[in-house]
Amino acid sequence: MTGSRTLTYREAIREALREALQRDERVFLMGEDVGRYGGAYACSKGLLEEFGDERVRDTPLSESGFTGAGIGAALGGMRPIVEIMTVNFSLLALDQIVNTAATLRHMSGGQFSVPIVIRMATGAGRQLAAQHSHSLECWFAHVPGLRVVAPASVADARGMLWTALQDPDPVIMFEHATLYNEEGEVAAEGETSCDLDKAAIRRSGKDVSLITYSGSLGKTLDAAQRLAGDGIDCEVIDLRSLRPLDDATIMSSVTKTARAVIVDEGWRSGSLAGEISARIMEQAFYSLDAPVERVCSQEVPIPYPSHLEQAATPQVESIVAAVRKTLRT
Amino acid sequence: MIEFKMPSLGADMEQGTLVEWLKKPGDVIHKGDVLAVVETQKGAIEIEVFSDGVLRDCRASPGDHVPVGEVIAILDGDKTSVMPTVKPSFSPVPSHKPVSAERLPGKPKITPAARRLAQQLGLDISNIAADSSGVVGLRQVQASSPETSPAEAGRAGIDFKEMRKAIAAAMARSKREIPHYYVSSDIDVTALMDWLAQENASRSVADRLLYAVPLFRVLARTLVDTPELNGHYEQDTFSPAQTVNAGIAIAMRGGGLVAPSIRDVAGKSIDELRISLTDLVGRVRSGRLRSSELSNATVTFSNLGERTADTLMPIIYPPQVAIIGCGQIVSRPWVKDGEIHVRQIMSVTVAGDHRVSDGRSAARFLSRLEQRLTAPEGS
Amino acid sequence: MNELELTELVKRTLFDVAPDLEGEAIDPETPFRDQFEFDSMDFLNFIIGLHQATGEEIPEADYPQLASLKDCVSYLKAKNV
Repeated sequence: MTGSRTLTYREAIREALREALQRDERVFLMGEDVGRYGGAYACSKGLLEEFGDERVRDTPLSESGFTGAGIGAALGGMRPIVEIMTVNFSLLALDQIVNTAATLRHMSGGQFSVPIVIRMATGAGRQLAAQHSHSLECWFAHVPGLRVVAPASVADARGMLWTALQDPDPVIMFEHATLYNEEGEVAAEGETSCDLDKAAIRRSGKDVSLITYSGSLGKTLDAAQRLAGDGIDCEVIDLRSLRPLDDATIMSSVTKTARAVIVDEGWRSGSLAGEISARIMEQAFYSLDAPVERVCSQEVPIPYPSHLEQAATPQVESIVAAVRKTLRT
Repeated sequence: MIEFKMPSLGADMEQGTLVEWLKKPGDVIHKGDVLAVVETQKGAIEIEVFSDGVLRDCRASPGDHVPVGEVIAILDGDKTSVMPTVKPSFSPVPSHKPVSAERLPGKPKITPAARRLAQQLGLDISNIAADSSGVVGLRQVQASSPETSPAEAGRAGIDFKEMRKAIAAAMARSKREIPHYYVSSDIDVTALMDWLAQENASRSVADRLLYAVPLFRVLARTLVDTPELNGHYEQDTFSPAQTVNAGIAIAMRGGGLVAPSIRDVAGKSIDELRISLTDLVGRVRSGRLRSSELSNATVTFSNLGERTADTLMPIIYPPQVAIIGCGQIVSRPWVKDGEIHVRQIMSVTVAGDHRVSDGRSAARFLSRLEQRLTAPEGS
Repeated sequence: MNELELTELVKRTLFDVAPDLEGEAIDPETPFRDQFEFDSMDFLNFIIGLHQATGEEIPEADYPQLASLKDCVSYLKAKNV
């Protein structure tokens, strides 16, 4: 059994990028400020100096343009990692992502595939206000032809990138902006890459299944801890993959506990939580002892002042309240 | 008027400590209801009532040490006897509490899980009271069924030292009073193991069988033809039992040993037995047994299991009259159809009470067992 | 999953089957049966737990490959859990 070492999420991303650049010469990183500036979140610090400006490319301020260029490079045989600073700006590249990257394999009858990895920061919690705090993972999880992952742990941040680069089809990787400073364990030696398909049970329990992803995982685990003090034993599932969803793990948990609470930072209407709730109803209806609860963001543009931003997004208190509702206590 | 007495829950038990009453005076009692929780050397046991009636008077208080046979409760009812000493084919009728007066007006909300559990337990969901929010959920169904109501408040954990004392007393009495004889055979169980491997290959992980399951079933079905090995001997009289309620010797991590029974092992299907056994072992490990399981075994099976020893000479649990011990399965050279083959062999030892049976009964049993085990599909 | 996560998963499944072992040190190389009392029913419940946690069908023939903590992690890793 190998030992482990502690890294921050940011360091894990940087290591993953560095490993990819070293291991495969077709890989290159492109995006705004990834080179000279070292990355908007410092994830690519030092990489330009180490690998040169053909492998680490600063792009102009044009998401549609450089995402399209990345898609073109992927079609041409490269393995680009396109960094779109945040999901908020990806809206400008949505046409390229949805209409080109996601559909070319289908529209070409399998003649072309787009092996692109698009990394984006996402989420609220740093008072960046309405236009810079979106959680739009569910929009991408809606589109056939895309694979969508959301590493919430440092180990996943370290391990998912290499596996994503092996996929011949587009992979969108969401990094919650509040996670970059989080510390976690990574294997000391040996292969660190991990799968992209399975949800992970971060805490085993028997009274209720808490299903979440990305930036909400920490709060969900805190809520579970607090509820444990009251004798309520929560099972916490980290989805890891948002498209495809790991139904097997979810249903296995819900049939065991009979109760489900989904914690999703997207707005409630049209959320990923709604999709998961529908699947639970379809596949585990007869096991339910209470309606499935959802803890999502309020139906408002995310506010700027801290107390309102907190009130608008899922917090430990709202998760605890939702759990109690399923237990009717 | 029915006098409910402190039952004997083991050959050596002299007294029990009342931990908690689960019914109060005025409650309607149905056959099979759990009346109280009693602490014994074997842990906290739920005491069941075997007649219908209304509880009139509780004669003991929590904390009291009550000798076996002393009256602890009075019921108003029709039957004159309450706790027969031998009840080999007893099956408690699952009962439910009478409809509570506090049901909220309007159509009750019943969760899918609650509906399903009620159906599994044979309860009428429309008789189960809703909670304060008007919902009938899993907890309401569980509380309605005496078979599944948790006695968590009364469970005081298992004291292994006390359990060891209880075993010592029972075994000493057995060796003092019962003239044991022992007969054994080495039996070729290759056909059984082959059948098992094939069966398990087509079963999903959660449904797989341990070899103990078909083994116990075959033992029970063979016992049906040897009634002098299945029943109770008390006050100089042997009463053969109508069904084989096999006590299963189960070791507990930490050093304890209990042998709670599964009713009518011979009449159960393989899967019913698998489920009963898994449930029983689970409850032994978590210390939640029922009084009927500890007092109505008509014979005991002691299966050593894997990586143990070849043979054992087990001791009969009074008032039973036999115990069957199975050693580990080993590969041995064996003569079959005039040639030497490598076969899976298990040694089976029958210990019998010589006051009731003799070596021939055991030998007949073993011979028939051997026949059944070499053709497991038929057994 | 990587080795660390698999180790956690196997340990948790073990503790579900034998809660009295939680908090004890488990030697990853020694077979479970040699470290603490772990009979065939415990083992089957453990396998069922692994199956439920990972969705993997585990054939009987594979049981010898799941004797110790280290063995279980390697087995699951090879199955790309």
